[in-house]
Amino acid sequence: MLDLEHVTKVFEPGTVNEKLALEDINLHVDKGDVICLIGSNGSGKSTLFNSISGSFPVTAGKITLDGKDITKMPEYKRSFQIGRIFQDPTRGTSGSMSIQDNMMLSMSKGMKGLKYSMSKENLKLFKELVKPIGLSDRLKDNVGLLSGGQRQALTLIMVCMSKPNLLLLDEHTAALDPKNAQVVMNLTDEYIKKLGLTCIMVTHNMQFAIEFGNRLIMMDEGKIILDVKGEEKRKLSVPDLVMEFRRKRGKSFASDQGLLV
Amino acid sequence: MIEGIFVEGLIFSIMTLGILISYRILDLADLTCDGSVAAGAATGAMCIIAGWGIVLSMVTSFVVGVLCGLCTAVIHNKLKIPGLLAGILTMTMLYSINLRILGNKANVPLVKVRTLYRVFPKAFSFLPSSFAALLGTFILVFIIAAILVAFFKTDLGTSLGALGSNEQVIISLGMDPAVLKYIGLGLSNGLIALSGAMLAQYQGFADANLGQGMAVQGLAAIMLGEFLFKTNRIELITLRVALGSIAYKALMFLGRKYGHIVGITPNDFKLLTGLLVISSMLIAFTRQKSAEDAAKKKALSKIKEAHNA
Repeated sequence: MLDLEHVTKVFEPGTVNEKLALEDINLHVDKGDVICLIGSNGSGKSTLFNSISGSFPVTAGKITLDGKDITKMPEYKRSFQIGRIFQDPTRGTSGSMSIQDNMMLSMSKGMKGLKYSMSKENLKLFKELVKPIGLSDRLKDNVGLLSGGQRQALTLIMVCMSKPNLLLLDEHTAALDPKNAQVVMNLTDEYIKKLGLTCIMVTHNMQFAIEFGNRLIMMDEGKIILDVKGEEKRKLSVPDLVMEFRRKRGKSFASDQGLLV
Repeated sequence: MIEGIFVEGLIFSIMTLGILISYRILDLADLTCDGSVAAGAATGAMCIIAGWGIVLSMVTSFVVGVLCGLCTAVIHNKLKIPGLLAGILTMTMLYSINLRILGNKANVPLVKVRTLYRVFPKAFSFLPSSFAALLGTFILVFIIAAILVAFFKTDLGTSLGALGSNEQVIISLGMDPAVLKYIGLGLSNGLIALSGAMLAQYQGFADANLGQGMAVQGLAAIMLGEFLFKTNRIELITLRVALGSIAYKALMFLGRKYGHIVGITPNDFKLLTGLLVISSMLIAFTRQKSAEDAAKKKALSKIKEAHNA
């Protein structure tokens, strides 16, 4: 459903700061794939996400989503198909507005009209949706009053309200404490299974990447250096991954963080 | 006399609502208003003199204001110029345009024509004329404010609020932020121009220099209002803006009336308005800091308690 063909991204071409962030990336994602994306800092994970979601144009290559060429489509139009959650919990919600206003806006994609969607039925639906994170009685509170974990969970619920064809999770639990990270992760798992979402998730945790989802991709210096799925992935262990990295790149894995369980 | 303050304050509050939309809701400091308030006054006056009637003249003023806002939004969106500079550009260009609208005169009086403030005393003839003016203004401002509140409760209105608070959310929801900025700045300057048209009718003339310093005066009124009470509900925010606007006009009235005692003249008002905005920001800043300090202390004592236990 998602295809990247020869995608290359060069930052600040023609200047002293010229940097090749993505080099000839070819990636095919099937419907229902749940992919864990790992790689050290600066390996191109975020650039890949930004290219897919359209935060900036790619330098070369073609991106297709559901058979449609989206290479030149502006970010807001791609949002109709793609849901994205950032590492920073404040980026996915409007802090100066109430929870119910935020949720009301998330009910559909695209320009809103002069109508009132804050009906009793919808309020009931919102209450039901935020029940797992215990916010049912706080719908009128400003989102800015919530903790990072609550806010990120709310972002997830809001993104899933419109059932995106592709869900991009950019280390969405990395800024949270372990307990909240677990809550958000459980909720993520639940939604992916319930809605049958296609998902790419960036994580720093190798053990987790092995356990979660059906496919694992490792990036380094703007290239995909490992892509395993199914049975092959399940048999992997963290030492295998580190060895694989060393064999392919002729250097040791840069970040110790990835070894933490 | 006191009725005059309320009438002035209420007319002024329509303009302040316009500034609230750009400055607080869209979070975009827009200086177009210095030009669009005068454009509204000039358009309103000239249309009334041309015999278009009060209603059509005021609607035309609103439309001209919307165009002023769109001009700023186009410069901002298409050329990627910061909103502040885009507003200054439009404001500067509008000065010449406003003189053109006024037939190359700096000042056009509204004599021997039907204006709001000649109609109100007739419509409410059971009241003394100054109170009739107040009642008429109040009804008009109330209707405009009610429409505005209703708009901000719609899905589209809520989206405008989200844009100011977090542009990424708007993009993620599949909306083009540029389109929302056109709508927001258009509406904002439309209201400001409408307020200009009312002001021209109230004072009996339109003036090309009417708008000077209006943005700062509007900010002063918004901040005065924000000291009154805290809220995130749009109807109460609107009420707060009206109260702040009246309070600002009352302060200026007191300055005019009693200022001479301490040697203040109307020439000093722009300076005083600026100082009022600065001190309001200072107080808000100090309040926030002390609240943060208190929260810090509380968190530390909680850690200490947990440690002792």
